[in-house]
Amino acid sequence: MELIFAQVLTGLANAATLFLVASGLSLIFGVTRIVNFAHGSFYMLGAFIGYSLMQVLPGMFGFWFSVLLAGLAVGVIGVIVEICVLRPVYKAPELFQLVATFGVILVIQDLALLTWGAEDVLGPRAPGLKGIVRIFGEPVPKYDLAMIAITPFVLFGLWYLITKTRVGVLVRAATQDREMVGALGVNQAWLFTGVFFLGSAMAGLGGAIQLPKGGADLLMDFNILASIFVVVVIGGMGSLPGAYIAAVLISVLNVFGVSYLPSSTLVLMFVVMAVVLMVKPYGLLGREEVAGEHGQVGEPERPIKPAGPKVRLAVVVLLAALTLIPLFGSSFLSVLATDIIIFCLFAASLHFILGLGGLVSFGHAAFFGGGAYVAALMVSYANTPMELALLLAPLGAGLLAFIIGWVCMRLTGVYFAMLTLAFAQLLWSLVFQWDEFTGGDDGMVDIWPAKWLAGSTSYFYLTLILGVGGILFLRHVAHSPFGYALRASRDSSRQAEATGINTKRVQWLAFAFAGAMAGIAGGLFVFSKGSIFPTELEIARSFDALIVVFLGGVKTLSGAVVGGASLEYLKDQITRFEYWRITLGIIIIVVVILAPEGIVGTARKVGERLGWVREQEGLR
Amino acid sequence: MTNINMLKLNAVNSFYGKAHILNDISFSIEAGEVVSLLGRNGAGKTTTMKSIMQLVKPKDGTVHFLGKDITASPTHRVAKMGLGYVPEERRIFTDLTILENLEVGKQPARDGLIEWTIDILFDLFPNLKERRNNRGKELSGGEQQMLTIARTLMGNPKLLLLDEPSEGIAPVIVEQMAETILKLKKEGLPVLISEQNLHFARIVADRAIIIESGSRKFDGSFEELEAQPEIRDAYLSV
Ligand SMILES: Nc1ncnc2c1ncn2[C@@H]1O[C@H](COP(=O)(O)OP(=O)(O)O)[C@@H](O)[C@H]1O
Ligand SMILES: [Mg+2]
Repeated sequence: MELIFAQVLTGLANAATLFLVASGLSLIFGVTRIVNFAHGSFYMLGAFIGYSLMQVLPGMFGFWFSVLLAGLAVGVIGVIVEICVLRPVYKAPELFQLVATFGVILVIQDLALLTWGAEDVLGPRAPGLKGIVRIFGEPVPKYDLAMIAITPFVLFGLWYLITKTRVGVLVRAATQDREMVGALGVNQAWLFTGVFFLGSAMAGLGGAIQLPKGGADLLMDFNILASIFVVVVIGGMGSLPGAYIAAVLISVLNVFGVSYLPSSTLVLMFVVMAVVLMVKPYGLLGREEVAGEHGQVGEPERPIKPAGPKVRLAVVVLLAALTLIPLFGSSFLSVLATDIIIFCLFAASLHFILGLGGLVSFGHAAFFGGGAYVAALMVSYANTPMELALLLAPLGAGLLAFIIGWVCMRLTGVYFAMLTLAFAQLLWSLVFQWDEFTGGDDGMVDIWPAKWLAGSTSYFYLTLILGVGGILFLRHVAHSPFGYALRASRDSSRQAEATGINTKRVQWLAFAFAGAMAGIAGGLFVFSKGSIFPTELEIARSFDALIVVFLGGVKTLSGAVVGGASLEYLKDQITRFEYWRITLGIIIIVVVILAPEGIVGTARKVGERLGWVREQEGLR
Repeated sequence: MTNINMLKLNAVNSFYGKAHILNDISFSIEAGEVVSLLGRNGAGKTTTMKSIMQLVKPKDGTVHFLGKDITASPTHRVAKMGLGYVPEERRIFTDLTILENLEVGKQPARDGLIEWTIDILFDLFPNLKERRNNRGKELSGGEQQMLTIARTLMGNPKLLLLDEPSEGIAPVIVEQMAETILKLKKEGLPVLISEQNLHFARIVADRAIIIESGSRKFDGSFEELEAQPEIRDAYLSV
């Protein structure tokens, strides 16, 4: 009993940080509708800046002053990001901005590395709060008690600001209908900036205040990202009390998980999230999201048309050029081209569900990695020949997507995205922790292609055939009646229902189909590398594909392919530099700002304006 | 300040994407005047309102308010200058209480005009007073309509744009609405009111502007309109 009480206290103390950071994210999302991936980076900056300040400001006063200053400083950094990176892209279709925030993550990672070095820093202990007190005989750190005591005040302060002040009223009004707020004479640009300041400052505070417990390191940004998203989603996007309840729920369960069921820790919060979302699709205290209610629908889609002769010619020339690579290029080039084609197929499969289906998945890596693992497991345990394994990969991934899709279909928008993320994480941790079967962290090795395909050249041709074939097949389906039904479901589900389309079923099947196509990419991947590791199932993998689809241009399949090829090539080129992240981050941000319709979408617009591309033709 | 129109549209052309909706719309409103903008469903009344508020940016032509060119100004600045907009879909903040909705609309008083306070507005709309702590979503259609008008009046507008205020509310409330508009008129507040209902427009307005397919077809008094029944029959549903 005493132990349980002490564990609850530890959970509550952990919840403090989680709540501070998550409340900031929730505020920002609630008002700006931006899914700010860089929020974890703000948290990390708060920790590092707080640490530096604590080195120069002595004593108890200095400690708490440093925490506050770190919050303010990160708030200012948030404002800079908002003004420079996000303002130019507010008008872009919903969720597009997350790509820009991903660029910000990369930039901040390198800036932090430059400023504070690669070493983890140990947080200073809070003066006056070192040591422990005994509660029912169990040791509880004094600092934990301080954190537990502070959080309700922060919650109350935020609650007061949001519910009782004019600014809070405006913020809540803008959460619901920002255009109307503008029509009533409120400059919403500054409202947004203000909210960004507050939200970022909360992240900075969270980072600084947890220093005595966790210190600071360069992995903090990604490490907290998943948890705070989970907290915000469980609580209900935009709800502060919801975020608090969710933070406590997750943290306390986590403490118990660590003690009684250690293998559960990686998935616990995702299981909780999945359960909550299945019961309450908008989180515990969230309100229903209505598509387009925030005036962010974007330009209407143009009808898609078959490619014109010029475009067809270009594709044929490109394919011919690809065929010649092994003849004239180095084997290194063949390997790179293999990687690129596989990644393009993966991205194209995500595009199918995201661009045509309008369903943003944050967990598409589950099907890429899933397909890869299916193939690897079949080869390792059943001595399955490569040809059969390559067939089973999409079947396995498709089945997985079929099941996951069935659960996720009940949700929409960001909640849908988060649930797919949760399932991808579940799969990842399953693979990661089931050592005996999947090799866990060490992955699975020695999965080579059949004899007749050994060598980078012949495998390249296999990849070329299956990869390009897969992409063309995706395109073919997009132009089939099923593809039309899918787009109809995206654009106007009510009208689509009226014409007899079962929109949910169409979307569900499309999700499974996209998963299967990602599975082909995964199967190809595993034989090209000869091995597979859980990293292929990670969030980062899903985000890679997501970024590529957005950067290339959501509205065109060629966008996913062009984006995939560009990113994979770019990564190959610049990861040789020491500070490649900042380079890639800045490139991403610049592309997002200059080409808000993606590379292909914008290129087409420019082409139309210059008269190079006929309007009807396009680069579909 | 003599001889400057309150509001003046000069050959305004507006688009949604590539669809050309407004064709060279021109008209003006003088101080103290209540003008009705008439036309069938889809004629372009709402688009005209939005083009004035710069919620839709005209591709061509200008909008002047109190002698200043407001074309392409941000919407919030237009509202700050004293253009009060009551949208057709009402768009009250359903999660906010009546009092909070009014707070969002609040702007400082303007010299030489009456200052709309919550008390005055509650006198004008007694229903709202009783339900002041209710959330927007708990209100009836008529109450929501009154709330949008009250909310906009909180901004102490110099000119009020009312987009189809009688649409979709009970006849009793429509009568109340007409009385309200006449009261506003008595306060000297100029109003541009869009309507499909000629009868309602005639009660409250001094003048009629008729548009059809985004073009202006008529601009004059109701007597002049009476004299040309073919115009009424061609452009208004009776
Ligand atoms: N958001 C929009 N996108 C495209 N067309 C629109 C949009 N809103 C209105 N329209 C079209 O513009 C025309 C004028 O509409 P509107 O100004 O709402 O007319 P009214 O208010 O007189 O009923 C109509 O043909 C309508 O279909
Ligand atoms: Mg209208």
